[in-house]
Amino acid sequence: MSGTTSTAVAQTAPQGETQHHPIRLYLVVWGWLFILSTCSYLVDYFGLVGYLRWSLILIFMMAKAGLIVAVFMHMAWERLALAYAILLPPLALLVFVGIMVFESHYTLFSRLAFFAPGS
Amino acid sequence: MNEIVPTVASAEIARPAGWRGFVADWSSDQKAFRNVSWGKAMMWVFLLSDTFIFGSFLIGYMTVRMSTVVPWPNPSEVFALEIAGHHLPLILIAIMTFVLISSSGTMAMAVNFGYRRDRRKTAILMLATALLGATFVGMQAFEWSKLIAEGVRPWGNPWGAEQFGASFFMITGFHGTHVTIGVIFLLIIARKVWRGDFDRERRGFFTSRKGNYEIVEITGLYWHFVDLVWVFIFALFYLW
Repeated sequence: MSGTTSTAVAQTAPQGETQHHPIRLYLVVWGWLFILSTCSYLVDYFGLVGYLRWSLILIFMMAKAGLIVAVFMHMAWERLALAYAILLPPLALLVFVGIMVFESHYTLFSRLAFFAPGS
Repeated sequence: MNEIVPTVASAEIARPAGWRGFVADWSSDQKAFRNVSWGKAMMWVFLLSDTFIFGSFLIGYMTVRMSTVVPWPNPSEVFALEIAGHHLPLILIAIMTFVLISSSGTMAMAVNFGYRRDRRKTAILMLATALLGATFVGMQAFEWSKLIAEGVRPWGNPWGAEQFGASFFMITGFHGTHVTIGVIFLLIIARKVWRGDFDRERRGFFTSRKGNYEIVEITGLYWHFVDLVWVFIFALFYLW
């Protein structure tokens, strides 16, 4: 039994294409993550405001998240069956965000209309 | 057991790629995740559930921040530090970000060396990852003590909206707990790698199963997820 398991492992090890990337790939991604983090820090350092700030923050955030999931977590080399099973469900959170934005506006409105001091 | 054998054998035949492959893998009453072991699939499913936990925390933070009538404290100033006479906004958080990204880099390389069966390099890189993770937790402890000393509490703070403290302690506390668990997980697996458990197929203490180097990748998935969550916390809580 132990013989069959070890051969099974030996067969599957080279089969997964994910496992023999050059180390260089990880160093390049590491470098990019540093650059992107520096960029997002600089957004705050230079005190950018408004839509420019928000869009830059979100772009750098998604770029970093994409690099980590795709390369470091090897999602780019997984079959679509796994990738979609893991990456699609979190989109439901966007619906949740939408619901809570609506709710927050309502809460803020009632606080201002009924609980503001002096009203 | 006998019925499973043909299914596994047919998996060796080249599967279609792309959308056709996606449909083929999910249909016909079979194993959906073809070339992914149960350990890796289960770690991904756990991480998906954790995504929802952190997602809910961040959405809760968004909700209290959007609905408060009191101005939100400016994180850029709250987390600023004086270093060598310079007033640097968010500097500690930036350093923590770089430390965590570096730990992700060393982890990714540890996984790679694991599959090359380079026991020594894998263990050293995992220990480096654990060390960077512990550094991160240490800096977070410093940040917490500083804020608590300045009067931040879950129910109030000197600068503005009371919900700031509650969101801060809950989100960073939960993330710090994840990092701490990750460091412990890394140390356990690094010890097994160092000892050569996966080369000599030593049976596990708890499960009495033989492990292999894939556990390094599974540990890596958890560790990268911790880094991933920090990316979102950094952007949405500290920079927003």
